[in-house]
Amino acid sequence: MNRGSILPLRLEGVCFGAGGRAIIEGVSVELEAGSSTIILGANGAGKSLLMRLCHGLLAPTAGAVRWSAAERPGAARRQAMVFQRPVMLRRSALANVTYALARANVPRAERERLALEALESAGLLSLAKRPARVLSGGEQQRLALARAWALHPEVLFLDEPTASLDPGATREIENVIKAFDAAGTKIVMATHNLGQARRIGDEVLFLHQGRLVERAPVERFFSQPESAEAKAFIRGELPWAVGRLSH
Amino acid sequence: MRGAFSEALGLIGSFDPGLAGIIVLSLEVSLSAVLLASAIGLPLGAALAVARFPGRRAVIVALNALMGLPPVVVGLAVYLLLSRAGPLGELGLLFTPVAMVIAQTLLVLPIIAALARQAIEDAWSEYEEQLRSLGVGEFDAALTLLWDIRFSLLTAVLAGLGRASAEVGAVMIVGGNIDGVTRVMTTAIALETSKGDLPLALALGMVLIAIVLALNAAAFLLKEAAQRRYG
Repeated sequence: MNRGSILPLRLEGVCFGAGGRAIIEGVSVELEAGSSTIILGANGAGKSLLMRLCHGLLAPTAGAVRWSAAERPGAARRQAMVFQRPVMLRRSALANVTYALARANVPRAERERLALEALESAGLLSLAKRPARVLSGGEQQRLALARAWALHPEVLFLDEPTASLDPGATREIENVIKAFDAAGTKIVMATHNLGQARRIGDEVLFLHQGRLVERAPVERFFSQPESAEAKAFIRGELPWAVGRLSH
Repeated sequence: MRGAFSEALGLIGSFDPGLAGIIVLSLEVSLSAVLLASAIGLPLGAALAVARFPGRRAVIVALNALMGLPPVVVGLAVYLLLSRAGPLGELGLLFTPVAMVIAQTLLVLPIIAALARQAIEDAWSEYEEQLRSLGVGEFDAALTLLWDIRFSLLTAVLAGLGRASAEVGAVMIVGGNIDGVTRVMTTAIALETSKGDLPLALALGMVLIAIVLALNAAAFLLKEAAQRRYG
């Protein structure tokens, strides 16, 4: 088990273009283990895309995404991603988790135990035998988190995981994310919910039109944003904070 | 005309053994063909949906075009293959039910593969990111999708069965419509109509439609139950 951490993750001048239009432009950043990183930005700023580039679902058109330990083909991935809309297979909640474990080369004999543990940590143990697709939206998203949890990733990417959920379900999701954080998983999350950014994040990466405009600890980002774009963004999202920001 | 109808119903009611033999053979041939074509066509469709290779789009267009393959042309091709002078002539399969199964399999294969390809590709666009995130390879993904949308794929299989049970041209050419050996419902209907035995032709037609209807109803109910169960 002597394997170095895959962190830090280094992005070097990462660009992504489609149809002649640049969507991500020259993003260079290093993400270290430990702190939780929140990616903020308006719609279309490139938050989801940046995470997909990091996670390897897309290849940059220029620049490079470098993990400290390269992934070997065929080896289990040490990073996981939870999407805005969870995608569940037409099988039981438990089977959805064991499916992921099988792909991570976990021996058959251990899969069920690990899957049940993961379901328990997401508060889904009582729903283990239920077909995943008939669960509610919040339950499915927690199942997506449980599926990621079972894999014990070093890095977990979350793409607006609570965007379509009510406050109660959102709180439950946040608790699971905090448990990930407490267990030492690096959280990288895109969100629209500034309260959520504060509750979960340690630092903010602020994207504007495909560029990384600002990087700051979460409290400082909200109280003293440096860039004009970040100020405008916070003003737009939190109008009541305008007075505080003006001086 | 009304006389022909009531006679037809009488034939069905009396369960004529000749009629029963024709029906059983029809079902054997068409179901075997659909089973074979599904065994080949569903994985083929899944592979085409998931894999990316040069010429893929051309293959898809060709496959879609082959859905409209005229049965007589398939019959002719298989006839040439199996006739005594043909490459597989030594097997002596021409004018046997096996030849009919081969012809119908070829006829139905593109239908099942093309419809499966479309359904699986639609599912793939929903699942792709999640599966790739989990490190699922192309081959594994194709199998996962096949299993996950298995009830939707029933539609593709049924379309194939509809085609197989309805066609005359292919089975007529390679089977020869030999009484008691290769006569099936469609070839019998064609023959009896041309002979003027309308009651028998009508009886066979009614049975054919009833069977197709029953199979579709069963598949529909199964799909509905699966949807409720699995979402």
